[in-house]
Amino acid sequence: MAQVNYVSASRVYTKDAPPAVDALDLDIKDGEFMVLVGPSGSGKTTALRMLAGLEPLDGGRVEIGDRDVTFVPPKDRDIAMVFQNYALYPQKTVAENMGFALKMQGAGKDERARRVREAARLLDLDESLLSRKPKQLSGGQRQRVAMGRAIVREPKVFLMDEPLSNLDAKLRVQTRSQIAELQHRLGVTTVYVTHDQVEAMTMGHRVAVLSGGKLQQCASPRELYENPVNEFVAGFIGSPAMNLQTVPLTDGGAKLAGTVLPLPGPMAGAAKAAGLSEIVLGIRPEHLHLANGSGELPGDVILVEELGADALLHVRLPGGGDPVVARAEGRRPPAMGQHVTFHVQPEDMFAFHPVTGARLAG
Amino acid sequence: MTAIPVRPGTRGPRRFREMSGRVGWGVVAWIVAIAFFLPVLWMVITAFKPESAAETWPPQFVFRPTLAEFRLVFTGMGPFLTHSVIATVGSTILVLLLGVPAAYALSVYPIRRWRDGLFFFISTKMLPIVAAIGPLYVIAEHTHLLDSIWLLIILYTAMNLPLAIWMIRSFMLEVPSELLEAARLDGAGRIREITGVIMPIISPGLVSTALICVIFAWNELFLALNLTVTNAATMPMYLISSVPQEGLYIAHLSAAATVASVPVIAVGWIAQRSLVRGLSMGAIK
Repeated sequence: MAQVNYVSASRVYTKDAPPAVDALDLDIKDGEFMVLVGPSGSGKTTALRMLAGLEPLDGGRVEIGDRDVTFVPPKDRDIAMVFQNYALYPQKTVAENMGFALKMQGAGKDERARRVREAARLLDLDESLLSRKPKQLSGGQRQRVAMGRAIVREPKVFLMDEPLSNLDAKLRVQTRSQIAELQHRLGVTTVYVTHDQVEAMTMGHRVAVLSGGKLQQCASPRELYENPVNEFVAGFIGSPAMNLQTVPLTDGGAKLAGTVLPLPGPMAGAAKAAGLSEIVLGIRPEHLHLANGSGELPGDVILVEELGADALLHVRLPGGGDPVVARAEGRRPPAMGQHVTFHVQPEDMFAFHPVTGARLAG
Repeated sequence: MTAIPVRPGTRGPRRFREMSGRVGWGVVAWIVAIAFFLPVLWMVITAFKPESAAETWPPQFVFRPTLAEFRLVFTGMGPFLTHSVIATVGSTILVLLLGVPAAYALSVYPIRRWRDGLFFFISTKMLPIVAAIGPLYVIAEHTHLLDSIWLLIILYTAMNLPLAIWMIRSFMLEVPSELLEAARLDGAGRIREITGVIMPIISPGLVSTALICVIFAWNELFLALNLTVTNAATMPMYLISSVPQEGLYIAHLSAAATVASVPVIAVGWIAQRSLVRGLSMGAIK
């Protein structure tokens, strides 16, 4: 049991290039499931590897349970890692794979066998699999063996580097909930890296969004969704992504596709205070409500994506620009080519600084 | 499914061309293979002939096979065979013992200036061995290693080590880095990482490296001929010594050569099974 602290931790791969991880400050509470999420190149995996000790720090420090581990070798950090490709030892059996770390710690044969069986039971791994080699297992089984290898050690912190990305879609969703449930049961601090924001939202107690080596925001999934601090987080969290369009400001509000949408007072005030003539306006697809002709925002449906429960409408607004995406009820969506209008609640709108991307309070 | 439009009339000829191409290459492959194999076959056949039937023109295909020449070969071969086995096995073990750590230091956690190291190793093979024989002789004489099996072990190790390091290094580069990182997290030290994780994965590569070292050491003649006389003379020297000053000797030489080839072929045959096994099946994904 331990908390994990990154204290302005940095990693620079090559001089002159921007740091892979730039002065990361992140406090992970004891027993917390923290997800690091971001696009490729955002530094999330590097941050995880710094915690594992597989990547040296070029500045700052990393602490596990109040102990500075910046210069501690990986094996002495009391952590266990699940790799994206599982990294199982191909020549060892499942039981040997899972017990290898214990063997290195000098645990006896009986103790190893007992703990391996325990972990296997925890993961619903059939005991007959324990004597197999990794290549005789299915992808899902290998994934569980990799998890088992981490669990057997009873570490202070679990590190997981995209452990689900090699599974097919259905198994991924299943395993996702299993891992979350297991983490809850074991109560071990977990740092989980993924590029999939759905995984991040569904699994994490808190989610840290990274981009370009910098921490953008760290908050609960709901907080990220409702109060993104900047344009990047707003566009990254939520599926389908938030519609973001640069629009001019007018006296009454923001002018989107010829329609003036009234902005809430604080938002308009913040934009005015920043001396802006235009803003980036953000509206989530689920906040564009079909309004049967009475809505203030008109457009033409150019594509309908049926998802069953919902349908995603790609709509071209008058005056050109990027089409917007709206989420409509799946039962009777408008047809392609149909003219529709939308209603937007002012409090559902987000405004961002067109240059810095920072949220304009609203 | 994608439908590929078939134009009538073009399919037949193309099919024929593909087929004839495959057959053509097959024929070429067989011709080359037979061309390589024929002299060997001829050697083996000749070894079973009596000396009088071995050197006739036109060659005799019908003859009464005899083991007389083999019997003759086996009587004098003992010490030569022993020396060859000791020099070959000894040097191959040494090559692996030195080559694995060296390759590790040049691949997995490369030392500073590993490129220079790598080039240095291979550069030792650029000098023709003839140019080195003089100094080698002098050194061997001063260290009292002339005509000693230790000298051959050392020289064969030195001779095979550069190639072995290059080969083992290329196998080590294939080992997924995540496996090594997992081993580090699991608490394996350097030695354990090499013996417990890397070596089992690259074992087919190590076998093929050892096989090549065995072949080179077994067949080496030049160094043995110049630096040994009796105490360390090897099989290739026995082949030369079985050529008499006068009289017929083709059948005898063929029998000796056949016997000398058997160990290498046997080792290759045994190693084959291990060679075809995949490098790291099941490690990743």
